[in-house]
Amino acid sequence: MVLVWLILILFLGGILAWLADRTRLADPRWIAIATILIDLLVLISFSLSSSSVTIAGQEWWATLDLPWIPRFGIHFILAMDGLAFLMLLLTLFLGLIAVLSSWTEIKKSSGFFHFNLLWTLAGVAGVFTALDLFLFFFFWEVMLIPMYFIIAVWGHENRTYAAIKFFIFTQASGLLMLLAMVALVYFNYQQSGQLSFSYFDLLGANLSGAPVFWLMLGFFIAFVVKLPGVPLHTWLPDAHTQAPTAGSVILAGILLKTGAYGLIRFCVPLFPEESVIFAPTAMTLGVISIIYGALVAFAQTDIKRLIAYTSISHMGFVLLGVYAFNSQGYQGAVMTMLAHGMTSAALFAFAGSVQQRIHTRDMREMGGFWGSAPKMGAIVMFFSIAALGMPGLANFIGEFLVLLGAFKANSWITVVAALGLILAPIYSLVVIQRIFHGKPLVPRDISDFSSREVLMMGMMMLITIGLGLYPQPVMETVGLVLQMGVS
Amino acid sequence: MLNLLWLVPTFPLAGFLLLALCGLPKRLAAWVGVGSVGIAALLTLGIAVEFLGMPASEQVFRQTLWQWMSSGDFTATFALYLDPLALVMMCIITGIGFLIHLYSVGYMDEDPAFSRFFAYMNLFVAAMLVLVLGDNLVLLYLGWEGVGLCSYLLIGFWYDSPENGYAARKAFIVTRIGDTSMAIGLFLLFMHLGTLDIQQLMQSAGDNWAQGSLLPTLAAALLLGGALGKSAQLPLQTWLPDAMAGPTPISALIHAATMVTAGVYLIARTHELFMLAPEVLFVVAVIGVLTLLISGFTALVQTDIKRILAFSTMSQLGYMFLALGVGAWSAAIFHLMTHAFFKALLFLASGAVIICMHHEQDIFKMGGLRKRLPVSFWSFVIGGLALAALPLTSGYYSKHEILGATHVFARSGDTLWAVAVLGALITGIYTSRLIFVVFFGADKTHADESSIGLNIKLPLIILCVLSLFGGLIHVPLDRVFPLQQVLPHLAGTANALTIAAPFVGILIAYLFFYGKPELSEKVAANSLGKMLQRFWFSGWGFDWLYQKLLVNPLMWLVRANKKDVVDSFYHLIAWLIRLLHRLLSMSQTGRVQWYAAGIALGVVVIVGLGVWRQHLWF
Repeated sequence: MVLVWLILILFLGGILAWLADRTRLADPRWIAIATILIDLLVLISFSLSSSSVTIAGQEWWATLDLPWIPRFGIHFILAMDGLAFLMLLLTLFLGLIAVLSSWTEIKKSSGFFHFNLLWTLAGVAGVFTALDLFLFFFFWEVMLIPMYFIIAVWGHENRTYAAIKFFIFTQASGLLMLLAMVALVYFNYQQSGQLSFSYFDLLGANLSGAPVFWLMLGFFIAFVVKLPGVPLHTWLPDAHTQAPTAGSVILAGILLKTGAYGLIRFCVPLFPEESVIFAPTAMTLGVISIIYGALVAFAQTDIKRLIAYTSISHMGFVLLGVYAFNSQGYQGAVMTMLAHGMTSAALFAFAGSVQQRIHTRDMREMGGFWGSAPKMGAIVMFFSIAALGMPGLANFIGEFLVLLGAFKANSWITVVAALGLILAPIYSLVVIQRIFHGKPLVPRDISDFSSREVLMMGMMMLITIGLGLYPQPVMETVGLVLQMGVS
Repeated sequence: MLNLLWLVPTFPLAGFLLLALCGLPKRLAAWVGVGSVGIAALLTLGIAVEFLGMPASEQVFRQTLWQWMSSGDFTATFALYLDPLALVMMCIITGIGFLIHLYSVGYMDEDPAFSRFFAYMNLFVAAMLVLVLGDNLVLLYLGWEGVGLCSYLLIGFWYDSPENGYAARKAFIVTRIGDTSMAIGLFLLFMHLGTLDIQQLMQSAGDNWAQGSLLPTLAAALLLGGALGKSAQLPLQTWLPDAMAGPTPISALIHAATMVTAGVYLIARTHELFMLAPEVLFVVAVIGVLTLLISGFTALVQTDIKRILAFSTMSQLGYMFLALGVGAWSAAIFHLMTHAFFKALLFLASGAVIICMHHEQDIFKMGGLRKRLPVSFWSFVIGGLALAALPLTSGYYSKHEILGATHVFARSGDTLWAVAVLGALITGIYTSRLIFVVFFGADKTHADESSIGLNIKLPLIILCVLSLFGGLIHVPLDRVFPLQQVLPHLAGTANALTIAAPFVGILIAYLFFYGKPELSEKVAANSLGKMLQRFWFSGWGFDWLYQKLLVNPLMWLVRANKKDVVDSFYHLIAWLIRLLHRLLSMSQTGRVQWYAAGIALGVVVIVGLGVWRQHLWF
C-alpha cells in the first residue's frame, strides 16, 4: 500500500494546496513543501525497511496487484525496484527544488499552480511505479496535462505556442505508444490465450509472427520524443524556454527521465531481440543527439534555450548507454540521468532567477555579473563545470561509464560520441564568459543569490559532489544490466 | 610517515575549501593558502626521507582510500601509488609550489580577489598531486582534468577583459581535444586489457601484446594525444602563449613548473606501454625536436617578456619529449626537475620586473635595469644560464644527458641530435637577447625594487641556488625505468659542439643586441627578415591555420543552424495542415448552388468508382 500512498499523498496535497489558496487559509507553497517532504519521508522510511521479492527473475522491493478492469485484463499494478526508487527520490527532491525555485516568481493563482505542480509529480511517480501497461499509459497522460497548464498559464511571452507544441508532440507519441501497447497485448492474447496488460505477463511473451519490430519502434519513438532525441526534440527548447522556472526544473530534471526510464523498463525488456538488432541505430541517434544538441546549444543567445539544447546533448549519452547492453553503459546511463537532473535543474533555476532580476534571458544583455554577484557566479561555475563532465562530479561518472561501456559495444560510434567531450566546454564556458565575465553592455548591478537560493543550490551541489566521489551506493541500487533482460 | 601520504593532497584541498567557502580576511587567507601547501611540502619531505631510506627494491607504497566506482567488470579505486617517480614529482609540486605561493603573497598583495586566487592555487596543487599519485588511469584523469580546470580559472583570473576569458577558454578547449584522445585511449585499454589500474595494465600489456603490434601502437598514440595537449607540443601547442594572460605566479607554477610537464609524466608513467609501440616513441622524439625548434625560433622575435618565456617553456618541453622518444627516461624527468627550478625562477623574476615596471611587459620599453633591479637581474642571469645550459648549471647536466642519449639513439639519432643542438644554440640566443635588452643598454625607466618585499625576494634566492646546483641532485629513478643499453657518452666533436652551442648563441645575441644593435635592425629591415619575423612572431601561423581550418567552419555551421533546421520540418507539417484547413474552409461558402454541385459531383464520382471497380473485377 505504501506505493499507493506515495502517489496519493501528492494528489491529495495538490488538492489541498488549491483549496488552501481559495480559502486563504494557508500558503500553498508551504503546503507543497510539506506534501513533498512527507512523501520523501514515506519513501525513505519504506526503503529502509523493505525486503525484496523476486518476480520474473527480477528483484522488487514491493509490489501491489489489484484487479482494475478484469474484462480487458487490466490490473492496477505498482512495483518498485532500485531504479524506480532512485527515480522517485530524484522526482521528489527536484519537486522540492522546483517549489523553492519559483518561490517568489508565481504571482497569480498560486494555489492552482502548486496543484498542477504536485499533480505532475504524482503522474511522474505513477509512471515510475506502474507495471501494468495500461496504468502506465494512464499516468503518462496524467503527468502531461498539468504540465501543459503550467506552461500555458504561467509561462513567458510565447507560452501558448510552446504549450501546444509540447502537447501535440507528447500526445502524438503517446498515441503511438498506446497503439503499440494494444497491439502487443493482442498478439500476446493470440499466442497465449491470456488477455493481460501486466508487465510481468508480457515480459516473457512469445510473439512469433507478429510485427514485433514495429511494436518496439512504437515504444521507442514515444520514449525518444520524451528523452528527447534528435530529430524528435524540437518541442523541448520551446517548452523549456517558455515554462516558468519550476516548470523548466521539472521538465529537465524529471520529465525527460521518464523517457529514458521507459526505454530501460519497457522498450528493451519487452523486445530484447529486436532491441539488439536496433541497437546500432539507437546508438547512432544517441550520438547525433550529443553532437547536434551541443552545436545548436553553442549558437543560442537565450540562456534557457541554451540549457535546453545541452539537455538534448546530455540525454544522448543516456540513449547511447542504454543500448550498449552492458553494466557500464546501463549504470552510466542511470548516473547520467541523476547527474543531469541536478545540473539542469540548477542551471534552469539560475536562469529563472536571472530573468526575475533583470527581466531578460538574452545573454547579450548580460556580462560582468561576477563583481556584484560572486556567490551566483561561483555556483553557476560549479554547475557548468559539472555539466561539462569534470571528474569528481556526478556527470563525469555517468558519461565516463557510458562511453566505457559503449566503446565495448560499438567503438566507432563511441569515438564520435567522445567528440561531445570537446564540444561541452565550448558551450559551457561561453555561458560563464557571457554572463559573469567581461564587462556588461548595460552597466547594472544584480543582486546576489538570496539564502533560499543558496540553500537550494547548496543541496544540489552536495549531491553532485557526493555522487561524483562516492557513486557506489547508487550504482549498487541501480543493479546490474541483467535487469534489462539482454545479455 | 608513509601512512600520511593521503594528507599531502588533502591539505591543499582543505585550504581550497576554507578559502572558497569562508570569506577569510586577507592575512588569514594568506596563511591558509601558503600554509596548506607548506604543510604538504613538509609532509612530502618526511615521506621522502623515510621512503628513500628503504631498500631500493621495496620502494613502492600503495594506499587505498575508498572504492570509487565499480560497474560490472570495471573497478576504479581512490588509491594513491607512491614510487620514486611519483615522489620526484611530488617534491617538485609541493616544494616549488610552496615557494610560488609564498611569492604570490607579495605579488597579489594589492589584488581585491586575493583569497579567490589562493583558493584556485590550492585546488591546483591538490589536483596536481592527485595526478601524480593516482594509482589508476581514471584517478590520474581526475587530476588531469582538475589541473586543466584550475589552469582555466587562473588564466581567466582577471575576468574583466574578454581577451583573458578567451585565452582561458582556448587553453581549456585545446587541451580538452588532447584529453578526449586520452579518454578514448583509456576505453581502448580497458576493452582489451580489462583494467585501468596502471601497474596491472602495464604488466598485462607486456604479457598480452607483442612489440610493435597494432593495439599498443593505437593505445600509446591516443595517450600521446593527451600528453601533447597538456604539454603544449605540436600540434596542440597554441594555447600556451595565450595562457600568459594569467597572473605571473601561475605562469610559473602551472605553465612552467608543473602542469605542462604532466604530459611528460604520463608517458614516463606508462613507459612500458610506449616501449611496446616503438613507432609512437619515434613520433614522440620527432614532435619533440620539431616543437623545440619551432618554438625556439618563435621566442627569438617575441617582445613580451612572458611570451618569450612561454615559448621557451614549449621548447624545453620539446627536449623532454625528445628524451622520452629516445628512451632516456630518467633524463627526461631530470630535465623536468631542473627546468622546474630555472623556469619558475625566470617567471618569478619576470614577475618582479613586471611589478617594478608597473605592469609593463614589452621588453623594448625596458632597458638598463641591471642596476635598478639587482635581485631580478641576478635571478635572470642565473636562470638564463641554466636555461641556456651553460656548464656547471643545473640545466647543463640534464640537457647534456638528453643530447648524449639522442646522439647514440639507433634511429636517425644523428639528425635528431643535430636539430637539438641547433635548438640549444637558439636557446642561447633568445635567452641572452632577453637579458641584454631588458637589463643592459640605455636606461629607459625609473623603476626600482622598493615595491618588492622579502616574500618575493626569498623564493627568488632559493630558486637561484636550486638553478645553479640542482643538477647535483641525483634523481632516484634507476629502478623505475629500464636501464639504457648504450651508455650515453658524448665524445670528441659531438661533445664539443654540444657544449659550444649555447656559447655561440650568447655570442650572437651579444653581437646583435648589445655590441652592434644596428646589425639586428639591418636584418629586421630587409624584406626576407621582415617576412620571417612576422611568420615567427605569429608562432608559425598555427593560430591562423586553425582559425581558418577549424574555428571558422565550426562557427559558420553553428550560426547557420541557430534556429535548428530540424524544427523547420515540423513547421512544414504545421503549415501544410493550415493550408489544408484553409482549402477546406474555402468550400464552406454558404451558397446552395455550390453545395448542390458538390453533391452531384460526389454522386458521379462514387457511382463511377463502383462501375469501374466492377468492371475490373468481373
